[in-house]
This record gives sequence, structure tokens and C-alpha cells, in this order.
Amino acid sequence: MLEVSGLRKRYGGVVAVDGVSLRAGKGETIGLLGPNGAGKTTTVSMIAGLVRPDAGEVRIAGRAMRGDTDPAKRSMGLVPQDIGLYEEISPRENLHLFGSLYGMEGAALRRAMDEALDLVGLKERARDSVRDFSGGMKRRLNLAAALLHDPQLLLLDEPTVGVDPQSRNAIFDNLELLKKRGKTLLYTTHYMEEAERLCDRLVIIDHGKIIADDTLQGLHRLMPARSVLRLELTAGARGGLRVEDLRQVPGVESAEMRDGTVQIGVRDLAGDAPVILGWMTERGHRFEHVASERASLETVFLTLTGRSLRD
Amino acid sequence: MRTAFLALVRKDLRLFLADPRAVMMSVVAPIAIASFFGYIFGGGAGNQEHSRIPVLVSDLDGTALTRDVVRRLAADSELDVKPATPEEGREAVRKGKATVAFVMPKNFTVEATRALLAGGEKPVLSMRFDPSHALEMRMLQGMLAGAVMSAAGRQLSGGRELTAPFQVNSEAVTSGRGITYNGYAHSFGGMGIQFLLMVGVEVGVKLLLHRQQGVWKRMRAAPLSRTMLLGSRAVSSGITSMGTLIILFAFARVVFGVRIQGSMAGFLAVCAAFSLLTAAFGLLIASVGKTADTTRGIAILATLFMVMLGGAWVPTFIFPKWLQAITVAIPTRWAMDGLDAVTWRGLGFSAVALPVALLAGCALLFGAVAVSRFRWEAD
Repeated sequence: MLEVSGLRKRYGGVVAVDGVSLRAGKGETIGLLGPNGAGKTTTVSMIAGLVRPDAGEVRIAGRAMRGDTDPAKRSMGLVPQDIGLYEEISPRENLHLFGSLYGMEGAALRRAMDEALDLVGLKERARDSVRDFSGGMKRRLNLAAALLHDPQLLLLDEPTVGVDPQSRNAIFDNLELLKKRGKTLLYTTHYMEEAERLCDRLVIIDHGKIIADDTLQGLHRLMPARSVLRLELTAGARGGLRVEDLRQVPGVESAEMRDGTVQIGVRDLAGDAPVILGWMTERGHRFEHVASERASLETVFLTLTGRSLRD
Repeated sequence: MRTAFLALVRKDLRLFLADPRAVMMSVVAPIAIASFFGYIFGGGAGNQEHSRIPVLVSDLDGTALTRDVVRRLAADSELDVKPATPEEGREAVRKGKATVAFVMPKNFTVEATRALLAGGEKPVLSMRFDPSHALEMRMLQGMLAGAVMSAAGRQLSGGRELTAPFQVNSEAVTSGRGITYNGYAHSFGGMGIQFLLMVGVEVGVKLLLHRQQGVWKRMRAAPLSRTMLLGSRAVSSGITSMGTLIILFAFARVVFGVRIQGSMAGFLAVCAAFSLLTAAFGLLIASVGKTADTTRGIAILATLFMVMLGGAWVPTFIFPKWLQAITVAIPTRWAMDGLDAVTWRGLGFSAVALPVALLAGCALLFGAVAVSRFRWEAD
């Protein structure tokens, strides 16, 4: 459905996107992950035709996209990161406008508006002013506005930014429904849990370059550890611990020190944790808090880039 | 394409009307200022009691002739004549409380009569004037000469008035006999033009701001040409501008009796062409501007220059010749000339054909530059 090859965009001396290539098959949901400034929005903007790439090509359903009026744009729906709605008018008026931009009119447009409002649960508020909506409601309407012309490919640029957990869940339910209907979704986010819940495949981008492109299972295989043990050291113990020594302890797959907390990757939490804690205690490396968690995509990202997704 | 274009135009109009306070201001403000300017610059209705020229007279001679001169001047409806000492007169002129102060010296009557009959030395009549009112001073010199000649003639001829040996028949040339000049026609045209250009500036600035918002991305993601996106904005802006002008002139007609004495089609053509020009001006601003704040400041300055030089504040015939020659190249001048022609001058469509063509041509030029130069990607 979507083929992107060698996309490149430079702003002055900064290369925002550097040779990005990716594919999304029909009905597939691709997560485009990366920290702020990684090049996600620029990539989506080039795919949507908002930004002209310096190099590279975007193909929709096998056809290269060219120019502002390319009919291939009818196969795409964009959910911009900023709320793309007019607050002065009602949801129905907004949807009427955005449907009309794709040549829709009359009964077909009214039906599409009803369906979209129904999907996002705003049918009862269709004639209110958007200005009076909560952030979550605006986000849901922002999604509905991209669905009117029934696009096969949906580009979602961080569609849950700044919304409460309840609205985020509602948006996720909507997206899962769209996925079931066979839509292709390209979903940019820096929230790992969102990507893990929704995406079939994940493309990790950093400094404008793709550094990993695999399924969730494939990315998990990249991880050296299955669990992460976090020990928050006491103030006095922070200077004395050398992570190089810790890495020699049996069962330790990786060890990193960050802000007084040591993060230790292990394969067998139940077996390895007592050994590690004993080793720490014997050598007087005192800690005041212990936590453990299953290794996640965050760990993958940290492993691949050396920095957190939310940096 | 048609559906999308109409939807975009309708959206702009809907957003304009969604803010009743802004709508009111876009109409009320020009009406208020145009009413003020119309009143000041000799509006036809209810403006008979205009300011009279304050004149102070020091009659040091105190004869029947000098008193007659003062009486004649005081009788003139254009003057507000009051007695004062020479010192008081000079001080009042210096402070701006009087336009002219003159002194008729002692022995004025004797010396003036002798000079008139025997050609002796003429007495000196001192006149102090406010340099910012040089025109009034010259006018008063003429009136004073007339008053002295009449008073002296009456005295010398034993009661018979000595008057000018001709009569003047002056006629204000307007659109027809019996139709008086209505200053509100010019002021409403002028203020309409000024405020429409301001609306054009706002169109441009909003477009710059709009470019950074999600709705703009959504529109750009749709299969629409750039000409359609900007063109729809121009058309909607043109419609609101045209509506504003028509409301202004409707108000002027009802309240101040301003009539379209000439071609109605010509009037509508000038309004339409200028509305289109303001819309294109807005797009041009958006295409050359970088940030909204700096663009707004520069555009307002440019607008005020255009309005001022186009004769929207005061008619261009007041300007010096060299400045009048320059203003011929300014679009606001074409619009003002066109509106003046079809309102109080009462001329036909042919009188506005050239201004309309120039305005439309300029609008097309601005629009073409805007489409080619507009930066579609926000910084």
C-alpha cells in the first residue's frame, strides 16, 4: 500500500530525514518510533505531500505520488499532530468542509459524517462548538476528520499527544476497529506502550535515520535481557560502584548507571536477582529502592541508540 | 474541484460571521470615522455652522471710517471679529487663539483718504498672522481691501456705496442642478478603502499564522492545487470586502443622504475591483512576509501610505502638483477617483472603466506574485 524509498530532507545545515525507506502492506499497522526531533513528523509530512523531499520517492498502491493534486492523495487520510479543526464552528461543519475537500457532497457526505462521528463517539455533540470540547474530544474529532473520504492509508502523527488516559483508550479502540476494517495505518509516537499495543511492525528512527525495522517479536530478540532490575543507590554508595565490576557478576547481561540508579539486564529474574543483590550487599553498595520490570521496546531503543525515547 | 472551492469559500465566510464582534467592528469603525471626516470636510447635511476665522482688530484711529470697516468685516459670516489692543492681538495669534490680528493706526482715515485722492504716502496697516493659516491671511487681506474701499467710497461720495463694477455668479458643479456636494460621499469612500485594506492585511497575517496550524496541513494533504487554496481565500475575502463597502454606502445613503448620482453599475464595478484588489493585497502580504508580527507592522505602514497618498483621507487636489502626479500610480487613488466619479460627480460607467481595469489588473498581478512566491512550508 505504501512504499517509501530514500526520503531525504535538509533544513539549512540540519538533515532532518536522511534516506528513510519503509513499506506498509494493506491492513498493516506500522509504528514509526523515535524521540522528539528524530524526523518522524518530517517523514509523515513528506508522505502526505506537505513537504517536498530533497530526494526519494513515495508510492501509494504502486503509483509514485507527484504534485499537490495527485489522485493518490485520495487514498490517504492525515491526522496531524496539531489539532486540525476550526474551533469557531461545529463538528458537523468541520467534517462537511473536510469531506468537501475530497469532492464529497450530498447524501454520501452526510452518511460519511454520521459514520465518522459515530465511530469516535461524538454524534450527540455534533452541533456543539468545537471550542467547548475537551482536549480528548478534539483529538477524537481530529481523527474523524481524516476518515470521511474512506482512505485506505491513514497517517497518524502522534494522535494522542496531551490527552487523558480515558480518551487515549477511546482513540485506541477506534484505531483497532479501523485496523480490523483493513486500513493501513502509519502511526508515529514516542510512547512505547502505544506502539506495543497497536503495531504489527515497528520502524525506529533516530537523527533522521532508520535504525531498526522489525516486528515486535523481532525487536525483542535484539534485547540482551528479558528483565530489568533497577537499584536506586544511597547517596553515599553512588561513587563506589563500578558497572564494569557488576557486569562480571553471573547472570548480568547488561548494566548501566543513570542518575544514581543502576539498571541491570538479566535473563532469569528469579534466579539472578538474589545473586546480584547479595553481591551488592557484600561489597557495601547500599541501595534504598529495588524495582524490576519486563524489558520493553524502551530497552530496545536504549540499546540501539544509547538514549531514552522521551529525551 | 468546484465542490472543494465552494466549501473553502463558504468556510471562510462562516468563520467571518462566527465572530459577531469582529463583524460589527469591521463595519462600525469605518462608519464612525467616515462620519467624523465627512462632517469636518463639509458634509452636506447639518454642517452649516462651520468654524469662523477668529480675527482681532485694534482700531487706534477710532473714526467713522475705521468703525465702518470693522463693522463690515464683522458682518461677514466667515469671520469672527473682536476688538483687542495690539499687544493682546499679537499674543493671541502667537498662542493660536486668533488667526489674524491687525492694527489700524492713528490717522489712518486722514492718511488713507489723502493717499486715495492725492496719491500721498499710504498709511501702514500692521497685520500679524498665524503662519499655519497663510491661506486665511490672504483671504482676509482681500476682504479688508474690499471693506476699506467700500467704507471710503461711501464717505467720499456722500453715502453712495463704492462697490466692484461686476457681479459674480458662482455655481458648484455637481451631478446636476440643485444637487449639492455631499462631503460624506468622499469620506465614506475613503474610510471604506482604508478599512478594506486593513482587512486585506489581516487576511495575509492570518494566512501566515494559519500555515503553522493543523488545519492547513489537513488542507494541504487533500488533492487541491495551491491556486485553489489561495484563490478561495481571495474570493471569500473579496466577498466580505464588497459586502462591507455596500453596507457602508447603504448607511451613508440612509443617514447622510449620499447617493450614487452616476452609474450604479460603475459603482458596483469599482467596489468589486477594489475588493478583489484588497484580497490579492492580503495574499501578497502573506507571500512576502515571514513572521506574522513583523508582517503586520510593515503591511499597516504600507497601507497607511497608500490610503494617504490615494486621497482617502483628504482629496488629492489639495496635494502639491508633483505629489498629485505621483499618486496617479497608486491603486487607492484609482479607487477613490472611481468612487468620487459615480457618487457626487454623477458620471457614467465610462468614467470608471479605466480605474476598474487598473484595479483588476493590479489584483491579478498581486495574485500571481502571491501564488508564485508563497512559502507553502512553515519554518
